[in-house]
This record gives sequence, structure tokens and C-alpha cells, in this order.
Amino acid sequence: MTTDTRPAPAHRDHAVRVNDCALKLANVNGSGSASANMLLMKAIFRMGIPVSGKNLFPSNIQGLPTWYEIRVNETGHTGRALDYDLMVMMNMQTYADDVREVRSGGYALYDSTWPLDPGLVRPDVTYLGVPLTTLCAEHFSAAREQVLMKNICYAGAVVALLSIDVDIVSSLLDETFQRNARLRESNQLALRLGYEYACEHFDCPLPIRLEPMDANAGKILVDGNTATALGCLYAGATVAAWYPITPSTSVMDNFTSLCHRYRREPTGETGPDGEVRYRNDYLILQAEDELAAIGMVLGASWTGARAFTSTSGPGISLMNEMLGLGYYAEIPAVVVDVQRTGPSTGMPTRTQQADILLAAYASHGDTKHLLLFPSNPAECFELAVKAFDLAERFQTPVIMLTDLDIGMNDWVVPRLRWDDGYVPDRGRVLDKEALEQLGRFFRYADEDEDHVVARTLPGVSEKGAYFTRGSGHDKFGAYTEAPDEYQEVVDRLARKHAAAALHMPPPVLEARDGATIGVVAVGSSEPAIREALDLLDDSGLPVDFLRIRGFPFAPAVREFLDAHELVFVVELNRDAQLRSLLTVETGVDPARLRSVLAYGGFPMSARQVADGITAQLES
Amino acid sequence: MASITKPLIPLVRLERNELGLTVRDYEGAMSTLCAGCGHDSITAAIIRAVFELAIPPHMISKLSGIGCSSKTTAYFVRGAHGFNAVHGRMAAIATGANAANRQLRTIGVSGDGDSLSIGVGHLTHAIRRNVNMLYVIENNGVYGLTKGQFSASADVSSTSKRGEPNLLPPIDPMMLGLSLGATFVARGFSGDKAHLVPLLKAGLEHEGFALVDVISPCIQFGDHEGSTKSYAFTREHETLVDDPLLLGEDQIVAHLPDDATTSVRMHSGEVLRLRSLPAGFDPTDRASAFAYLEERKAAGEIPMGLFYVNEAVPDVHELNETSSEPLVSVPYKRLCPGSSALEEIQQRFV
Repeated sequence: MTTDTRPAPAHRDHAVRVNDCALKLANVNGSGSASANMLLMKAIFRMGIPVSGKNLFPSNIQGLPTWYEIRVNETGHTGRALDYDLMVMMNMQTYADDVREVRSGGYALYDSTWPLDPGLVRPDVTYLGVPLTTLCAEHFSAAREQVLMKNICYAGAVVALLSIDVDIVSSLLDETFQRNARLRESNQLALRLGYEYACEHFDCPLPIRLEPMDANAGKILVDGNTATALGCLYAGATVAAWYPITPSTSVMDNFTSLCHRYRREPTGETGPDGEVRYRNDYLILQAEDELAAIGMVLGASWTGARAFTSTSGPGISLMNEMLGLGYYAEIPAVVVDVQRTGPSTGMPTRTQQADILLAAYASHGDTKHLLLFPSNPAECFELAVKAFDLAERFQTPVIMLTDLDIGMNDWVVPRLRWDDGYVPDRGRVLDKEALEQLGRFFRYADEDEDHVVARTLPGVSEKGAYFTRGSGHDKFGAYTEAPDEYQEVVDRLARKHAAAALHMPPPVLEARDGATIGVVAVGSSEPAIREALDLLDDSGLPVDFLRIRGFPFAPAVREFLDAHELVFVVELNRDAQLRSLLTVETGVDPARLRSVLAYGGFPMSARQVADGITAQLES
Repeated sequence: MASITKPLIPLVRLERNELGLTVRDYEGAMSTLCAGCGHDSITAAIIRAVFELAIPPHMISKLSGIGCSSKTTAYFVRGAHGFNAVHGRMAAIATGANAANRQLRTIGVSGDGDSLSIGVGHLTHAIRRNVNMLYVIENNGVYGLTKGQFSASADVSSTSKRGEPNLLPPIDPMMLGLSLGATFVARGFSGDKAHLVPLLKAGLEHEGFALVDVISPCIQFGDHEGSTKSYAFTREHETLVDDPLLLGEDQIVAHLPDDATTSVRMHSGEVLRLRSLPAGFDPTDRASAFAYLEERKAAGEIPMGLFYVNEAVPDVHELNETSSEPLVSVPYKRLCPGSSALEEIQQRFV
């Protein structure tokens, strides 16, 4: 750092904290703030510092309050923080709440074009007034630009206040607007306005400041829905059917643009109006509802394509009947459930892990499905591919449960890797030659060591023809109402489901010396839990952590439960659904499983986990 | 189709199609429907149609929903993959099946409950997408398996077996199809196989969604006096609109269409001739079909025939520009962009 020649800062009493802070940006939805917030987040990422960004947005297009949280932490703890060092207050509707959330000794940046209500002034908070509206009105003529540029202007002030590398920010703007010189100039000007104002009027940087690190080498910044779409592309999915629903829509948006880029070739022919003709190696169907979407997936999978749908909880509710059909008629299907807050419409733009039980047993009758639980976008990619392999290997629906936090927020994760030697596991499918060698084909008769039977595809051979039905059938595929013939098939289905446990992605264990208690969780709460367990370890309480990645549960899950005198099941729902599933499916004594639950709709924070555990241990 | 097991060795020498197959090669399992059920006649007509078109059995995928009608997919073409799905969802499943393999002849069989009540949403959207399939509604106006409740196609004042009149107006699948822009709209009668077979053949050869409504009396719950979907009522009120005849690619149409004949060139190259057309009715003109159906309905008639056909509308694959080879046959190496592309994609993420 260069020698500080500016006047002595008024906040000398504030301890300097480098690369460890939490920002909250309070905005109005639809005002263009998202790009400014992403700009800050991405610049910090490029500085090589561990960072996360969480968008806490409303179910609304324009006008309602929306927040963006940025957590910077040099040790890599980037779960949601609950104390904010710097609040950027861009929404007068929420000033009161936003001021309240600033930690004691923290900072609040506001638009000083208008005076701050004295009632909002807290003695332990430093207020940083930037006349954003005035600055933008003076420097931009178009009304829309005057509004939009306020966002980049506050970003410029934050860059100065936190000592974010302004060259990185500037080059990010150049990259974004490389094809639009006018917008590029406007954005660069707005950035400078905010930056220079902050430098002139405040002691920049604040004691909460950033310094370049090298923690992000080999890492990327990506959201889970994009990574899921990539997984589906790489797995070779050719048919996709869906119905728009938050927060899963961007899975299919991304899959669509990836297919445009990588699955379409010009045929060399032109249409009647001279338009270029393409050959598309995919078909994406925007269905009339989720019932149709899963129906299309089953139809396509039954015919032999790799097919998937993406949805959220309400869609899974609608898909129940056909998930049962897929289970009983043994048809592969891949379903991505980007969970949101239920029940019913719930809070569509808030997160939860509350579809666990629904997904595990979706449909009437005795049904059980295969579930995958990625905990970050990198795992979304990996497990999406795995989902297709499992669905075809076990000829059954596989539901990958992510959530809004993973799906729609950008996460810093290791760069995605692809093994070009990957061969899709298409499962037991008899081709024409195999059928010819067979005396006679019966759909559900020839069971392998995993209790999987061979299937055939339409269009291959008359010899492979069979009649698929969701009605009672015997092992030959014929209709039956005979108890023993019916039971023979459903008993095999139960064995098949159990056998899949050994093929699911194994749980991830993080063990600590001397730990006698454990934590079990799935999905997006991982960063918060790891941070909490570090905090507990610092206070002398080592806790083991097992993160489950698949259902049916691998044997290691039961072993972990047995090896600890007390296990806390941490999850984002009210009813302790994962704990219920563990209790029912492993037979463990429920008294040994305690719950730590957060279900208000926001991502888990370390404090909720640590407090939840210590409170129960003390009582 | 068979209500009783037939001898394996036919007593008479059977006609063979271009593939050398007999009509017996297109049969399926024994029917479990009531003896005399109209649905079995439709099954026989489907068998005849696919036999005459010489479609290889394994190149057919046959799908259905739930109900008496939907059981019939088991009773024809045993050499084809069949899918008896869940109630009302066949159109969606068939859309997916057709998406995966556009070379298969997709045949959907449904009923009036399956298609016009629980599944009407999927039927309408399959029409809208112009999925290339034959969609047969075996229409009897009642729910047979649950003992005779009215379906959405029952006419006002048509009575149940116990004499109660139906109060709600019907959904006429023909008017529904026409209003949605269906590209092939036809009605037949299970009691008139000679008329139904060419309709089904034309529907199979149509490139797009072929909606064929077949009045098929339920002999248990709909074949009584007071029912407007009984054999007697249908026979008495039916009006044959046109008499479709499918001519092969090489058969030259000798005459230009006169007033009473229209010819439509199908995608396959065949020519569909529609003869004996009533004056003023043109099955290639949607407005004409609408007007004609309304007029006949007002006169208390049940028109039968091909009401509308349009070969020029692209099906879902043409709109999408899907590869001409079935998606199931596209080799994986063409589907996966590989590790170098993944590196390129990730440039956006740093």
C-alpha cells in the first residue's frame, strides 16, 4: 500500500479488518442494481479473494425491495453473514430496517441528495452520504440513464471505500459493454463519479478493506442452474420439457442457449426466404404444464432419448402421478427440482430444502425415488451427469434437488472438468443383435445383481416389443391382478431401490479429532455449516460433518449415525424432513438425532447453526 | 383384435401386403372389452389401415391413456411397443415419444373422458404443436369403466341408462380441433369400417396431428333409447360427408377435381382424393368446414368424414429443425461438446 497522505480518518478506533467483511446492498427491484452488484462481486473474485453473493429478491418485476449480500472472507467462509459492515441504502422504503441491520461500528452509504431522517441516525454507525442522484443528474442527460447510472455510481463509491481494484472494475465494464461504446462510456463515467466522490469526501479505504489474494486460481464464478444445464448438455440429453417456474427457469434458458451454440449445424440449405436451415440435435418443449413436462420426458426416455425436466416444488407436486408411473413402469427420467419456499405458492423467490420427503416418495402407492443433493454449482454439473447415468442404469426417475440459493446465486467453485473418456451408462438396453439371440423377450423377467431388468426401445425389433403399463403387471409385463404376481414385481422394485444405494455419490465426511457429536446435512447449507463447525472447534467443541449426496443412503450414512452419540441434522425446512427420512430409512434411534432448522426463506448462516447446536447442548 | 382366440393356422389364404405380412401379423392380444363393443371394431379398422399401408410393426409406437378405449392399444400390432399411460396424459407422453424418434409412426388411442375432460389440456397443446401422430378418440359419451357417468362429449338431453338427462353442453372434438388449427380433422363411426379405414389411413399418412373422432357406442351404458351415441341413433342421424381414397404416389390423378371431388397431395407423395363432397363444402378450407359442421349440427345430423386437412403446416420437428435422423440415433460424440468447449464456456465465469 502507498503511504496514506490524507487527513487522519475519524474512524481510528475501528480495528482494521482485511478481506473479512459483509456488505448488504438494499435496492429497488427492477432499478438496474443487479449489474452493479454483480460487478462488485466479480471484481472481488478477480482480486483472488474468497467471496459469495446472495440475491435476496422479491417475486416481482419492478418496485418491491430487493437486497444483495456480498460476503468476503479470506479463510473461505462465505456462507450468509447476519451482521453487515457496510449497508448500501438505495431504497428509502427500507431505510429503517436496513439501518437496524448494520453492525455496531459499521457503515451506511446513502444517497445524500436528500437529507437523512434524523430518526434513522444511530450513534454507532458511520453514515456515508453520496449525492448519487445529483451527480447523475449533472452528468447524464437521458432520464433513464440518470436512474440506471446511480447503481454504477454507488458501486464506484464502494470500490473506493473497500479498496477494490478499480482497474479490474473498469475492465469488467469494458468487457460487458465491448459492443456498445456509448454505454461503455456512460458506465465508466458513473464509476469514476462515485469513486472520485468517495475518495474526496471519505477516508478511503475504510478499515474494512480488501487486498488482492490468490485464492481463486483454478476457480470460476457460476450459478447452479447454469452448471446444471451444462451437465445436461454434456450428459447428452436431447429432449427437454419444462414449464416456466421460478427459480428453475434459468436451467432451461441456459440449456437452450447451449444447444443453440453446440447442438446446431447449418445444413447448407436455405429456406424459401433465403434463411439458413439448421440441423438441431435437440428438441426443447415448453409444455402446457408440469404434468405434460414429465409426461414428455417419460415418453422420450421410453423411446430411448436422454430427457429431463427442470422445475420447483409446485411442479413436483403436479408431477407426482407420473413419477409413480416412471417408478412402476421402470422408465428413466431426470427431474431437476430447484427448491423454493413452500407450501403452496409459498415464497417463490426464497429458498428452502422442503421438498425432500415429497421427492423421496412422490406419488400414491409404494414409491421411492433416487435423489441427488448437490451442494454447489460444481456438484450441479457433476451430479446432473450422474443423474442420467443412474436414471438409465436403474430405469427409474432421478430427482436432483438443488435450491434457489445454489441455482440462482453465483458461487466460487473449482473449474468444471470434463473427462473426454466418459461413456454414458445407458443401462440394460437390448439391441437388435441381443434380441435375436434371445428365445423370447420379457420386460421384467431377467433380473441382474442390482435387480434391474433389461429393456428394449421402440423402432428396433418386433421381438423387443412389449406393452408398458402403469397398471398391475407380472414379471412378463402382462396385466395381472394376482397378489403373488403383483408382489413379485413390486418386491423387486424395492430391492432395486435399495441396491442403488451403492451407486449413489458417496457422502462427504469431514472428521475432527476427538469429536463425539456429528452434523448431517444436504445441499446449500454446507458453507454455513463448515464455518459454524470451525467456530465450535475454536470454542473447544470438535464436531464431525457428514454431507449426504444421494438417496437411498449409502451404508456410510448409517455408520456415521451409529458412530456418534448425538447427531444434529441441519436443514432448511420446518419439519425436519431429512431427519425423518434418515429415521425411517436407516432405522436409527430417533432420540439420537436432533434438529437445527432454518426455514424463513433465506440461506443458512453459520450463526444459526452454531447457536442451534450450542443451545441444545446446554439445555 | 379378437374377442376369442383365433386358430394359429388360418383357414383361408390371407392377403399379403408389400412387406409380405398378413393382417394377422398386425393383430394384438385378445380383447377384454364387452362382446360387441364398438371399440373392437375400431381396433380392427386400425389393424386394417396399418396393414394396407404396410407399416413395419416395429416402426409403430402406440400409446393410450386410461379407460376402455385406452385398453385397445394392447389389441393391435403386437410387434409394436405399446404404452398404456395414466389418465388423460397420453398426448403429452406421445409428444415426448415422437420428439425422441420422429421416424416412428405414433398412434394414440384415447376416449372422450381421457381426451375431453382430464386430458383436454394436453390434447389441445398437442394439436397446437402439430405433433406428427394419429390421435383416435373412441367417443361414446360415457365413462364405461366407472359405470356410465356422462362424459364431456355427451349431448344435452341425451339420457343415461337410468333415464337422467345430461344437462351440460358437449365439447365437440371436431369443433375444438378446427378452432385450434388442427391440420387433420375427421370423424368416423365404429359401425362403418369401410368408411373408417380410409380415414385412418389418411390420418396415418398426414404429416402432422391427425385428429380422428370415432363415434363408438358403449353397449353397456350408451346403447339405449335416449342416448345420442347409440348405434341406432348414430345410424339414423349420420351424414357421410366425403369418401376418402388414398392413391399411391405412382397413381396419376386422371381428372382435375370436379365440383364433387377434391385432391390433396400428402407429404408422402400420395394423393388423397375426397369424393362425393356436398356442394359448397371444401375440406381444405377451415371456414367452410366450420360452417358446414354448424349447419349439419343445426339440422340434427352427425356428419362423418374428413372435414379439414392441411398438409402445409410444419410439425413440431420441422418448426424446431430437428435433425432428420431420430434424436435417439444421434451418436453421443455429436451431442457432447467435449473438454475443450467446456474450457471455452468457462471463460465467461472468470
